[in-house]
Amino acid sequence: MTETILSPMSLLAELTHRCPLQCPYCSNPLALEPRKNELSTAEWISVLDQAAEMGVLQVHFSGGEPMSRPDLPELIRHAVGLGLYTNLITSGVLLNEKTFPALVEAGLDHVQLSFQDIDTKNAEIVGGMKGAQARKIEAARLVAADGMPLTLNFVIYRENADRVPQMLEAALKMGARRVEIAHTQYYGWGLANREALMPTAAQLEQTTQAVEAARRTYEGRLTIDYVTPDYYADRPKPCMGGWGRRFINISPSGRVLPCHAAETIPNVAFPDVKHDTLDHIWREAPLFTMFRGTDWMPQPCRSCDQREKDWGGCRCQALALAGDAAATDPVCSRAPDHERVKAVLDTLPATPPPFRYRRYARATDEVG
Amino acid sequence: MSADLTDETVIRFARGVRLQHDRVRERWIIQAPERAFIPDPIAAEVLRLVDGTRTLGQIIADLASRFAAPVDVIGRDVHVMVTDLMTRQVLVA
Repeated sequence: MTETILSPMSLLAELTHRCPLQCPYCSNPLALEPRKNELSTAEWISVLDQAAEMGVLQVHFSGGEPMSRPDLPELIRHAVGLGLYTNLITSGVLLNEKTFPALVEAGLDHVQLSFQDIDTKNAEIVGGMKGAQARKIEAARLVAADGMPLTLNFVIYRENADRVPQMLEAALKMGARRVEIAHTQYYGWGLANREALMPTAAQLEQTTQAVEAARRTYEGRLTIDYVTPDYYADRPKPCMGGWGRRFINISPSGRVLPCHAAETIPNVAFPDVKHDTLDHIWREAPLFTMFRGTDWMPQPCRSCDQREKDWGGCRCQALALAGDAAATDPVCSRAPDHERVKAVLDTLPATPPPFRYRRYARATDEVG
Repeated sequence: MSADLTDETVIRFARGVRLQHDRVRERWIIQAPERAFIPDPIAAEVLRLVDGTRTLGQIIADLASRFAAPVDVIGRDVHVMVTDLMTRQVLVA
């Protein structure tokens, strides 16, 4: 290998796949992990120790719903003690006046709270949980009242894309400092529901304009992060800032992954924290070295002037669309398989098909 | 907001934002919600003096004496920098 190995900046700790919601765009893999396979508290604490030692600066506690784990406050407290910046990525439906004080006391730095829509009826159809919206609004109120920084996350899809201005207005009223307007990314459940979720080109343009207008109106009060669906782009996104460059994902069972969708990559062993150290995995596991840097790249990436900007795009998307994880991301207009992306967009149904919901109990051997 | 900044203003970090030394990469970083900024060396010197009790004027005087520079020049630079960091929700007054 001629590639320089950088220290990771960021760790996504997927504590569990258990979740009361059933969002059809969930970023979890289709094969959800049963509770009995989840890492223990001691194992997560070791992961945090190793991550801090390696130079990780921020840890994102996610899931599933991370608040399903009773040891969450203990893990946050441990991470805070290591100097890690702690972020909770939550649906908010378990965040209430009984559960929140323990997180504050543990030293949690920031909450990212997801909303399925700003329209309650549609939000609860998409999340599959009645009464969820009121719980989320109460969760936002508690976080804002404490003064802890709050980010709201709205995943955008065909049905809610027209309501971006209302989402941003509501976020400001709920006391959020940041908002993510994030178009669905088409992996895992999102890919399984792509025809139901993908917005039209006109909808995408409209959401982009709404975000740009709100950035001007709310400057200094609300930071807006905007993620587009890259199917409509000419150049791929620099997925994860490059494979094995900045980011580590730990699955509920302790698998160490370069991104949350990497379990789709075929013909490679998935390293895990029960059998190896995080540092050794990061430096040497084939899963991390196989697409690190630029040596692995095919043409046209290899001789492209963007190769150290977009790092060849997304490996999981190349696999999903071109059938080869080592291909140029077909989103790129220079990719040999670019026509496949256009074919998907050209054949979107006029009426979206019903959702295939992410149901934890049906996908695993145990009721969550 | 910036119109209200004077030498008597006490600035502090917004909740959930802090300056931290990155031991592994040997540099200062600003830790903020879901992002880490790298301050330039001058900004790092300013931010190390932000403790929620010092006024902007005290910070400017400290820097002017340590770097043997005119107070009005340092003052102008610090006001511009602090205004920018307030827009980015790093600092609050």
